[in-house]
Amino acid sequence: MTPLTWIRIILVAAFFGVLEILCRTRVIKPVTMIPPSEMVRELGALLASGSIYDDIRQTLAAVAIALVLAVVSGFPIGVVLHAVPRLRRAVDPLLATYYAVPFFVFYPVLVAIFGLSQWPVIVIAFMFAVVAMVISTLNGLDRIPRVLDKVARIHNMGAVETALRLKLPAAAPHLFTGLKLAVAYSFIGVIACEFIMAASGLGYAIAYAYNNFDNRTMYALMLFVLALVTTINMALHVWERRLLRRRVR
Amino acid sequence: MSGDVNTPHAELAGVTRIYPGAAGRPPLHALGPVDLVLRHGEFFSIVGPSGCGKSTLLEVLAGLAPATDGRVTFEGRPVAGRVPEGVGVVFQEDASFPWLTVWDNVAFGLRRTGVDAAEIERRVGDALSFMGLKDFARAYPAQLSGGMRQRVCIARTLVMQPRLILLDEPFGALDAQTRLLMGDELLRLWRRTQATILLITHALDEAAMLSDRIGAMSARPGRFIDIVETGWPAERDSRIVAKPEFGAITSRLWQSLREESLKALGHGRAQAGASPTA
Repeated sequence: MTPLTWIRIILVAAFFGVLEILCRTRVIKPVTMIPPSEMVRELGALLASGSIYDDIRQTLAAVAIALVLAVVSGFPIGVVLHAVPRLRRAVDPLLATYYAVPFFVFYPVLVAIFGLSQWPVIVIAFMFAVVAMVISTLNGLDRIPRVLDKVARIHNMGAVETALRLKLPAAAPHLFTGLKLAVAYSFIGVIACEFIMAASGLGYAIAYAYNNFDNRTMYALMLFVLALVTTINMALHVWERRLLRRRVR
Repeated sequence: MSGDVNTPHAELAGVTRIYPGAAGRPPLHALGPVDLVLRHGEFFSIVGPSGCGKSTLLEVLAGLAPATDGRVTFEGRPVAGRVPEGVGVVFQEDASFPWLTVWDNVAFGLRRTGVDAAEIERRVGDALSFMGLKDFARAYPAQLSGGMRQRVCIARTLVMQPRLILLDEPFGALDAQTRLLMGDELLRLWRRTQATILLITHALDEAAMLSDRIGAMSARPGRFIDIVETGWPAERDSRIVAKPEFGAITSRLWQSLREESLKALGHGRAQAGASPTA
């Protein structure tokens, strides 16, 4: 491990250590927060009982579907916008202001369309994630050396083959940024929707515990979500670094 | 090599290239009219002032850009809309694929045309050996110098066994010593493949050292103002720069190009005339 990694670990450990002391000495009252060690113990108990497996499965499935949809539609949308500059100029202001839209207001409309299923949650998470992917694709494609277009033409490659065999790998580092953002936005969209509007899933379970003053379960589930998202992002980060190591000149 | 050395391999007849004006600007007459006959197996270089249309000529000949007027043929067939089979192009910019190893870079074109694995193995291994890259087959372009990355691009062109190789200032980004050595490698490649080579360069010494014939172009719109036959034997290398004929060739090229280069810089004929003679 590098010294920077050690510093990072020490900072996180110090944060939880201070939190543990503050909770144990009752500077932070138990009704407000339980000590991190208790959160871990409670999470262990929840996982051992299997009572949250259905919620975990449902949330992860919704995140996975929203993420896959965002990636497989965000990339081609980015490619098309990049290929048609006039369309891009027309859409640019919409992309720039996209995240000012409070997507949750569409929930009733989505329920009317899809019914009381997971799909309204998935669609909102997708709406959160897809534009991050589109913008990252555009950023990546903007930075592809123009000579690669000529190389594609020398090999008489069509538009689709050029996109898949040259543009996609050439823009990969930027697409990775988009992927990481899409993961984060998918989780935010799904958990937030479940928290406010759904009747199952991890977000709902956290809200249910909160409404019933069940601090132990609430913090254990929050810890689970944080650990899960951090682990996924760290895995992507490691993958990204491996990918970039080959390319750094 | 197919075809007689005196027969045309590629030909431009009355070719012009005019870029349409954008946003109310007038059209840009970049090239021509130009007539050029490339003979089978010759090494032809084009020199000229910056912006005279050298690269435009190459793109038109390769089928990467359409001619506004005139006729372009390769092996007797018109070039239009796509790069003909048998034509390879190497650019000045680093066109290696950073996500692929040297081996995969070189094999790229062969794999997508469905050449069988054993043949790919043979041709790629051969090209890597020839270009001195065998020990770097598993390296990524980021681990190589600029000259070696350019060799990767040349090897990627070479494995496709082109009969006409178009080189657009391939050594433009390299230092002077590396350019001389790359020139030697290019000559070696030319002798081995017996392909016809068209080299675009701004370096008169490079053109004089490498070529059988050199076309000097005027300032934009580019036209040929002089064609120089070097008379070098096929078995030549960078040591010919020490010969007196080499100096005579570069001197003749510079005489042809000096006024055109001044024009390209925005200096008029009057000023060129007023300057002391070199």
